[in-house]
Amino acid sequence: MATLLEISGLTSHYGRIQAVKGIDVTVQEGELVALVGANGAGKTTLLRCISGVQPVTSGSVKFAGEDITRMSPEGRVALGISQSPEGRQVFGPMSVEDNLRLGAYRRSGAAAIKADMDRIYEMFPILHKKRDLPAGTLSGGQQQMLAIGRALMARPRVLLLDEPSMGLAPLLVAEIFRTIVTLKEAGTTIFLVEQNANAALAIADRGYVLETGSVVLTDQGQALLANEKVKEAYLGL
Amino acid sequence: MSAALLQYLFSGLTSGAIYALAGLGFAIIYNASHVINFAQGEFIMIGGMASATMVAAGVPMPLAIVLALLIAMAVGVILEKFAIEPARNADVVTIIIITIGASIFLRGAAQIIWDKEFHSLPAFSGENPIAVLGATLMPQSLWVVGVAGVVIVALWWFFNRTMFGKAMLATSHNRLAAQLVGVGVKKVLLASFALSALLGAVGGVVVTPITFTNYEAGIMLGLKGFSAAVLGGLGNGTGAIVGGLIVGIVEALASGYLSSAYKDAIAFIIILFVLFFMPNGLFGKRGTDRV
Repeated sequence: MATLLEISGLTSHYGRIQAVKGIDVTVQEGELVALVGANGAGKTTLLRCISGVQPVTSGSVKFAGEDITRMSPEGRVALGISQSPEGRQVFGPMSVEDNLRLGAYRRSGAAAIKADMDRIYEMFPILHKKRDLPAGTLSGGQQQMLAIGRALMARPRVLLLDEPSMGLAPLLVAEIFRTIVTLKEAGTTIFLVEQNANAALAIADRGYVLETGSVVLTDQGQALLANEKVKEAYLGL
Repeated sequence: MSAALLQYLFSGLTSGAIYALAGLGFAIIYNASHVINFAQGEFIMIGGMASATMVAAGVPMPLAIVLALLIAMAVGVILEKFAIEPARNADVVTIIIITIGASIFLRGAAQIIWDKEFHSLPAFSGENPIAVLGATLMPQSLWVVGVAGVVIVALWWFFNRTMFGKAMLATSHNRLAAQLVGVGVKKVLLASFALSALLGAVGGVVVTPITFTNYEAGIMLGLKGFSAAVLGGLGNGTGAIVGGLIVGIVEALASGYLSSAYKDAIAFIIILFVLFFMPNGLFGKRGTDRV
C-alpha cells in the first residue's frame, strides 16, 4: 500500500495559542484511519491544515509524495483531498442539488458528474426526494448526509470527515457510520475525526489518540478500543 | 392618475433603476467579502465620464461605451488587487475605510485625467419626448429602465445558471465550505469587484444623457445606491432592486409634491428610518438554517 497522506511535525496556531503541537500522521491508500480525542484537542485544526484553510506554522503535509504544505485550498481539492467539515456547513439557502453540484466544482465532464450525483442519491434517497429544497431546511442528519455527499462529489482520493456524528440521534449515528463502512469497502481512503471514539475506533483500521494538540497513542483500531488508557479517558468504561 | 403623478413616477423609475444597479453593485461585493465598497459611486462616474469624453473626442458612441465599461472594470480589478487584497487580513471596518480612501483617490484622478466640467452624452435615440396620458417620457428613460432590466435578467442567469455564479453565491453563504469544495475565493473577490464596477458603469453610461456627469457625480449616486441596498437588506439582490426603485420613486414624489430642495435628503432619511426601525431591511436575512 502506498502512503497517500503524510503529515510530519505539523504545528499550527490561533494567534499565540498553539492548537496543534507537532503531529505525525500517515494514511495509506484504501485505509480508514480514525483520529479521536476530546473537544479542543486540535482535531478540527489538523483537518483544516490538511485542507489548506488553516495556516501551518511548521512541519509539512505531503499528498501522494508531493509536498502541499503551501498549496491553495482549491489546488488541494483538485488533487483529490475533499473534506466534510465539522458542523456540516451546507450552503443553506441553496438547493440540495446545487450543494452536490458545487461539490464537483473542480471537475469537468457533465456526464460523469451526473452519474456521481445519481450514485449519491442512491446512497441517500432522502436527498433525492428533497433535491429542490434549500439545504438549510434539512434535518441535522440529512445535512450530514448532504455534507458527505458533497465531499464525495469531488471524487476524493482521500475523504476527510470531521465529526460526522456530532449532534445526531443514536439511530442516525449508526446510519452514518454504516455509510462510512460502505465507502471504505468500496475502496475510498478515509481519515475520520471523531469525539465518538467508540464508534470510530470500532470501524477504523488504525487510530490516533490526540490530546491537547499532540498524538499520545497510535495503534490498530481494535487494539486502541481494548487499551485501558483509552477506555478510561474516552470510552467512559 | 394625474399627469403630474405619472410624470413623477417616470422620473422616479428612471433614477430608481440607476440606484438599483448601484445597490446591486454594493450587494455583490458585500456578499463576496462583507465589505461595503464606498467607491461604488465612482464606478458610475467613470462609466459616464469615460464614455462622454471619448464621444466628445470623436470615438463612435457604441465603441466609446464598450471601452468605458472595460475601463471601469479594469479600475475595479486594480482596486481589488492593489488596495483590498493586500489588506485581506485586516478587519472589515479597515477595508471599508480603504474603499472610502479609494473613492477620494478616484475623484482626484478623474479631475486630473479629465477636468472639473460637466459632460454629457447624446441621447441614444433622440430627444423627442413621448406623450403618455398627459405626462411626457424621454426616450432615454426607456433606455435606462430597459438596460437595467436586461442587466438584472443577465445577473439572475449568471448567479442561478452558471457554475461560477453559483460558486460566488456559495462563497457568500459559507466561505469555509466554498473553499473546501475548491472555490478559489480570491478569484471570487476579484470577480465581484469587476462585476460591481461593470454594473455601476452601465448605470453611469445610460444616465449621463439625462443627468450629465462630472468628477464628483458618483458621490450622490453611490450613497443613494447604498441606501437602496440597505433598504432592501444588505446583500440581497432582489432587495437592492426593490430598494433602488423605492428610493427613486419616493425621491421623485418628495421633490414634486414637497420641494425639490429636499430631493437629496430623501435617501438619507430612508437610511435613518431603516437603521432605526428595520435594521435587516425589507428582504434581510431570514433564518433558514437549522442548528
